[in-house]
Amino acid sequence: MIKNFNIRPILIASLLLLQTSSFAQKGETVKIAWIDPLSGLMAPVGSNALKGFKFVAEEFNKSNVAGVKFEIVGMDNKLSPAESVNEVTASVDQGIHYVVQGNGSAVAGAIIESVNKNNERNPGKEVLFLNYAAVDPDFTNSKCSYWHFRFDADTSMKIEALTTFMKDQKEIKKVFLLNQDYSHGHQVAKYAKDNLTIKRPDIQIVGEDYHPLAKVRDFTPYIAKIKASGADSVITGNWGSDLALLIKAANEGGFTGKFYTYYVSTTGTPTAIGTSGEGKIFQVSNGNYNMGGKMQSLMAEYKKRTGDDLYIPAILHIFNALTLAMNKAQSTNPVKVAAQLHGLHFDSVNGALEMRRLDHQLQQPLYITTWQKADKKSPYSPENTGMTLAVVKTYEPYVSSTPTTCVMKTP
Amino acid sequence: MEFLVINVLNGLSYGLLLFMLSAGLTLIFSMMGVLNFAHASFYMLGAYFGYMVNSYLGFWWALLIAPLICGFLGAVFERWSLRKVYAGGHVPELLLTFGLSYLVLEGVQIVWGRSTVAFKLPESLQGPVVTLVSDGAQHLSWVWRWQDPALLQSLCNGPLQNALQNAQTLNQCSPFPMNRLFIMLCALLMMALLWGVLNFTRLGLIIKAALTQPRMVEALGHDVPSVFMLVFALGTALAGLAGVVGGSTFITEPAMAASVGSVTFVVVVVGGIGSLVGAFLASILIGMVQTFAVAVDTNLVKILQGLNVPMNETLLHNPILNLTLTQIAPILPYFLLVMMLIVKPSGLLGKKA
Repeated sequence: MIKNFNIRPILIASLLLLQTSSFAQKGETVKIAWIDPLSGLMAPVGSNALKGFKFVAEEFNKSNVAGVKFEIVGMDNKLSPAESVNEVTASVDQGIHYVVQGNGSAVAGAIIESVNKNNERNPGKEVLFLNYAAVDPDFTNSKCSYWHFRFDADTSMKIEALTTFMKDQKEIKKVFLLNQDYSHGHQVAKYAKDNLTIKRPDIQIVGEDYHPLAKVRDFTPYIAKIKASGADSVITGNWGSDLALLIKAANEGGFTGKFYTYYVSTTGTPTAIGTSGEGKIFQVSNGNYNMGGKMQSLMAEYKKRTGDDLYIPAILHIFNALTLAMNKAQSTNPVKVAAQLHGLHFDSVNGALEMRRLDHQLQQPLYITTWQKADKKSPYSPENTGMTLAVVKTYEPYVSSTPTTCVMKTP
Repeated sequence: MEFLVINVLNGLSYGLLLFMLSAGLTLIFSMMGVLNFAHASFYMLGAYFGYMVNSYLGFWWALLIAPLICGFLGAVFERWSLRKVYAGGHVPELLLTFGLSYLVLEGVQIVWGRSTVAFKLPESLQGPVVTLVSDGAQHLSWVWRWQDPALLQSLCNGPLQNALQNAQTLNQCSPFPMNRLFIMLCALLMMALLWGVLNFTRLGLIIKAALTQPRMVEALGHDVPSVFMLVFALGTALAGLAGVVGGSTFITEPAMAASVGSVTFVVVVVGGIGSLVGAFLASILIGMVQTFAVAVDTNLVKILQGLNVPMNETLLHNPILNLTLTQIAPILPYFLLVMMLIVKPSGLLGKKA
C-alpha cells in the first residue's frame, strides 16, 4: 500500500496551496465603484474621468505587480451628496470595497462620512475611499479619516505653490478672488488670503465673490465688477463650465489681467479659452500635458482611442498605489490594503510619492503651467486647440507640503 | 459711469436673449393654449443644428437653416403627436412635452456627446463693436469698431505692461462685444416681424381668429389644425433661432436647455401669460436684475445699517443676513416669480383669467 502511494498529487496540491497562500490576491478581480456626475452641467468632466479610469484599468489589467484585474463600475451621482451616499450603500451591497470620487468637495465630504459609518457598523464589508480630485483641506485635517486617501493635492498645497509663484510676480498689485459658492471655493479664497498676507503683504485683495456652482451661463457682469475693482489678477478655483465661461467672458469684456487657476485642463475649458488668453492664464496642478514617460504614452493612446484628453494623473497614482499595496498585503482585503496604503511610498507618473501616514494626503510635486501655443518643448495640445500648458515652475513635495492638524483614529 | 453704461448694455442684451427665447413659448401659449415644456429643448436643438450647419456652410446659413429645421421638427411633433392629445386637456399636453424634453436631451447626448461642442461665432461678430473709455475724472467717450485701432491703443494705454506702469492715470476701457449687439438686433428685428405678422397680415388675422372662434374660422374654409401646426412650428423656429445665437455666444452643451428652461417660464409668468409685450418687459427686467445684482456689492447687514436699524452682534454675524446680493443673484428671478404670483398673479400685462 505504501509502495503504491503516489506522492505527486500531494506535492502538486501542497505546491498549489503554497502558491495561493503566497500570492493569494493573484487573478482576483477588484471592483471599483466610480461615483461622479454623468448627467447635468458637469457631465462632460465626469464622463472624461470615467473613461480615464476604465482606460487605465485596462492598461493595468495587462500586467501589474499584484496580478489582479480591475473592473470599474460607473455610477452617476448627479453631483448630489445624497445620491452619492446611496451609491456607497449600493456598492457595499454589491460587494465592492473600493470607491473613487473626485468632483465636488460637498460630495466627497458626504462619502467620507458614509464610509466611516459603514466601516464601523459592517466589519468584513469595509470600503476604502480613494479621492482623486476633491481638494477641501478639511478632509485631511479636521475631518480626516483612516478610510480616506487623497491622491490629488489639497487646496492648502496648491495655494502654497501658487502663492510662492505669485510672490515673485512683481506686477501683481491687486487681486480679485472669484470662486464657486461651496466649501471648495470658500477654502480657495481663505487660503489665498492667508498666504498672500504673509508672502506679499503689499498685495491688495480688491474683491471677493462667490457664485453658485455650475449654474452661471453669463459671467459678463462678474467681469464688469472685476474690472471696476481695478484688479490685475484673479485667483479662482473654478472648474468645468464655471471656468470656461468665466474666461470666455473675460476675453470679451476686455479684462487684460491674469488668471491664477486650478483647472484649465478640465474637459471643455481648453476649447472655451481657445487661442485667446495666451500667457495670461496660469494653472497649479499635480500634473501637466507634457510630463513625458508613461503618462505621455498613455495620453497619446487615450486620445487615439477616445478623442479625449487624459488629464488626471491621480488616476495613475491610484492604480500604482493600489497594486503595490495589494502586492505587499498579499490580499485585496480592504483592511489589509489600507494598512499598506497608510504611509506607502510608491512611484508614479510625477515621481516618487508618499501617502502621508499622518493624514493620508499624498505628498507630490506640483507644477505651475501657463497657457500658450504648443511648441517643440511642450507639444501636447488638448482638445485640438493648438495651445498647451507649458511648465514654468515645478515645486517639489518639500515646498508644496503643508502641515496637518489631523488626529487619525487608526482601527 | 462707464461701469453703469456697460452694465446696462449687458443687462439689455441678456434680457433680449431671454425675450427671443420666451417669445416662442408665449406665442404658442397665447395662440394655442399649450404650455410647451420642451421649448428650451428646441433652443438646444437650434444650437446643435446651428453648430452642424456652421461647420459646413458657415454661420449665416446656420442662422437661417437651423431655425427652419427646428420649425419643421416642431410641425412634425405637433402634427403626429401633440394633436392627438388636445382632447385630453392641459395635463396630457404638459406630460407629452415634458417627455419630449427628456427624449431630446438624451438624443442630443447620444448624437453629439455630453461634452461641449466648439460652436464659434464668425470673425465679423467677434471683438468689440464699441469701446467705452472713461478717464480718471469719469468723463466718458467711446471708440467704434470702424474707427482707427491706433486711437484705441493710445487711449487704453496699449498692452498691459504699459498700463501697469502708470496705473494712476490709467483710462478704463470697457469693450462691448459685437455679438451682444447682434443679439439685441436679432431680438428687436424678431419682435418687429412677429408683431407685424400678427397684427397686419391676413395670416395673423386667421391665427387670432382661430384661437377664439375655431369653428367659425373652419366654416369659412380655413384649415384650423394646419394653422395650429404653423403656429407651433413658428414658436419652435424662434426657439431654434435663439439657440443659434445663444449657443454660439455662450456655450453649446447638453445642459443648456435645463439652464434656461426655468428662467423662460419665469419670464412668461412675470410678463403675463400670453402677452408678447409683457414677455418683452419681463425679459428686460430679469436681465437687468441679474446683471445689477452681481455688479452691486452689498448685503442685508449693510442695507440695514444704512437705514440706521439697530442691530446686535448676533444679527451682524448672521450668515443669512451676510449673504451678498451677488451670491443670491441667480435666485432673484425665482424670487420675482413668487412675488409676482402673490401680488399680481396675472403678470405684468396678462389678461385676467
